[in-house]
Amino acid sequence: MRLDQAAKSLFMTEFLSAFWMSMGYFFSKKATLNYPFEKGPVSPRFRGEHALRRYPNGEERCIACKLCEAICPAQAITIEAGPRRNDGTRRTTRYDIDMVKCIYCGFCQEACPVDAIVEGPNFEFATETREELYYDKDKLLANGDRWERDIASNLAADAQYR
Amino acid sequence: MVLGAIFFYLFSALVIASGVMVIGSRNPVHSVLFLILAFVNAAGLFVLLGAEFLAMILIVVYVGAVAVLFLFVVMMLDVDFVELRQGFLDYLPIGALIGIVLLAELLLVIVGWTFASDAMVTAPPPSGMTNTEALGAILYTRYVYFFQAAGMVLLVAMVGAIVLTLRHRENVKRQSIPDQVARSPATSVEVRKVESGKGI
Amino acid sequence: MGEFFNDYVVPAAIMIGQSLLLLVVLLIFVAYILYADRKIWAAVQMRRGPNVVGPWGLLQSFADLIKFVLKEPVIPAGANKGVFLLAPLVTTVLALSAWAVVPVAAGWVIADINVGILYIFAISSLGVYGVIMAGWSSNSKYPFLSALRSAAQMVSYEVSIGFVIVTVLLCVGSLNLTDIVLAQGKGLGTELGLPSSFLDWHWLVLLPMFVIFFISALAETNRPPFDLVEAESELVAGFMVEYSSSPYMLFMLGEYVAIVLMCALTTILFLGGWLPPVDVVPFTWVPGVIWFILKVSAVFFMFAMVKAFVPRYRFDQLMRLGWKVFLPISLFMVVAVAFVLQLTGWGA
Repeated sequence: MRLDQAAKSLFMTEFLSAFWMSMGYFFSKKATLNYPFEKGPVSPRFRGEHALRRYPNGEERCIACKLCEAICPAQAITIEAGPRRNDGTRRTTRYDIDMVKCIYCGFCQEACPVDAIVEGPNFEFATETREELYYDKDKLLANGDRWERDIASNLAADAQYR
Repeated sequence: MVLGAIFFYLFSALVIASGVMVIGSRNPVHSVLFLILAFVNAAGLFVLLGAEFLAMILIVVYVGAVAVLFLFVVMMLDVDFVELRQGFLDYLPIGALIGIVLLAELLLVIVGWTFASDAMVTAPPPSGMTNTEALGAILYTRYVYFFQAAGMVLLVAMVGAIVLTLRHRENVKRQSIPDQVARSPATSVEVRKVESGKGI
Repeated sequence: MGEFFNDYVVPAAIMIGQSLLLLVVLLIFVAYILYADRKIWAAVQMRRGPNVVGPWGLLQSFADLIKFVLKEPVIPAGANKGVFLLAPLVTTVLALSAWAVVPVAAGWVIADINVGILYIFAISSLGVYGVIMAGWSSNSKYPFLSALRSAAQMVSYEVSIGFVIVTVLLCVGSLNLTDIVLAQGKGLGTELGLPSSFLDWHWLVLLPMFVIFFISALAETNRPPFDLVEAESELVAGFMVEYSSSPYMLFMLGEYVAIVLMCALTTILFLGGWLPPVDVVPFTWVPGVIWFILKVSAVFFMFAMVKAFVPRYRFDQLMRLGWKVFLPISLFMVVAVAFVLQLTGWGA
């Protein structure tokens, strides 16, 4: 018993088998994605960067009901409402999200009665300064325009489970 | 030879300067670092003498091992410099005495060397062999008994130090790596069927 | 005047030229060794490693270099400034200076001194000062603990490295690195009547010493599994905690130059230096320096693989391995090798 143990440690069998095994992994397929060029799948429910959507005719959906502002647990949303200049409908005059405060809980999109504020599939919005993360209404609407196709297909894919 | 002289004065000046700094610097760690610089420059002087083996041994033994231990100890000291300065005058007489004795000895050597330089015979550097070989040849033939005796003295000193400091305390759990490595599932794990509600 | 020019200026210029050439080649090699280290480690963990800067990430080390140089060096307020800045310089300069005596091919050496191996041994024993000075002068807890660890670790493993070198020297009979390589031209294989080949090199006859030297070299250069000096899970980054920017880069550079030096030393002592693996026609066409680089790279590959699959030692286990396992074995081997050589009349 002790003799074969001594022989084992003398000839470093465990070291050699470890070396052999790691050589196996050395040549095996990589487990990681080549990230900026390859991306993993994203769930339709993924809660990423916020966006304000529009109706297909170009009318913005948000009616300034302030439910999202009320429910936001991090108090990241600030809304000011008022009648729009040309037709007098109730709209937001200011819609700010502090992305530094936001915890991406998704309560705002759950609370929204008109599917205006949504959390889109985009998660690559790192910036070089903090100021760029204080999103205003223009930025959010621009996001909505940019990601509308993905957001719409995600909502459609997820609709049957809601 | 001009180049040799330049390097001799460079190394000597650095040895002396760093020797002064060993005593002069306020921080004991700096003192040890200057001591190391002095050792390295002394090794440079050995190289100029053509004794490259001694130079390398000086670096390996003194700089690579002894001075590391010096530094190791000095680094962990919490020295109060004010207190250190206070005792300075008390030790001045005995320090001065040792200094004067050393100075007198040096003067004797220098005076003796200038007036009777043929009194001190130095061995000529051996030709046809490296000085490592020459050193080995003389150390293991002519001086082999002294060499072995010196080795024995060091061994006894080392064994003595270990005996003095080694204490075997009772009730201390020690790790036995061979025992741990020798464990296998067969000797360390037992699988039992436990009936529900009964326990073991 | 012309005599002065011929005696002093020309040799000095030649030596400076050779040194610069070696330095440039060495630093480029180290840049790719760093890249290889990261790639090998990544491959064993099934990652991709650096692959963005340049084709397959080949320029990654140079991008890192630029980043380190452009960053701001931070010197802690409580640090001992002079020693703090001296420490990385000591590490790098010592690591580079050892290369002066390394023969990369027959006659390709800057200083072919008689005590070459002792010189390298002395220089590598000085390597510990960079770490100790950095640890002490940082005036911070983790670096200090790291300095204490490195002082104990490097002194311990130098002892067994010394004995391993002594056994090789017994077989060769010279302290000159070129002689050590040339002595491996004949040995076990030629005794059996084979042509000069890899069977003659010291790794086969002195196999236990080869293994001990390899492991001690890992410990001497603070490579995993003996990287307790900078163990990130215990000491954050050890002696390098307070360093940033160029001083940090000098530490990394010095560390990797020392690693390549240890690989080169393994090659010279045990793997036949620049000698071809078999002394027959297709192999002898390849220049010696290519063989040397290939062998050094192979040894480094083992260094990198060990980093990837061996878990880190605990400090008391490290000391046990050094003093209770390697020291007795290597001491015994010195006596045994000397005995065999005396009995059979082999060696010098």
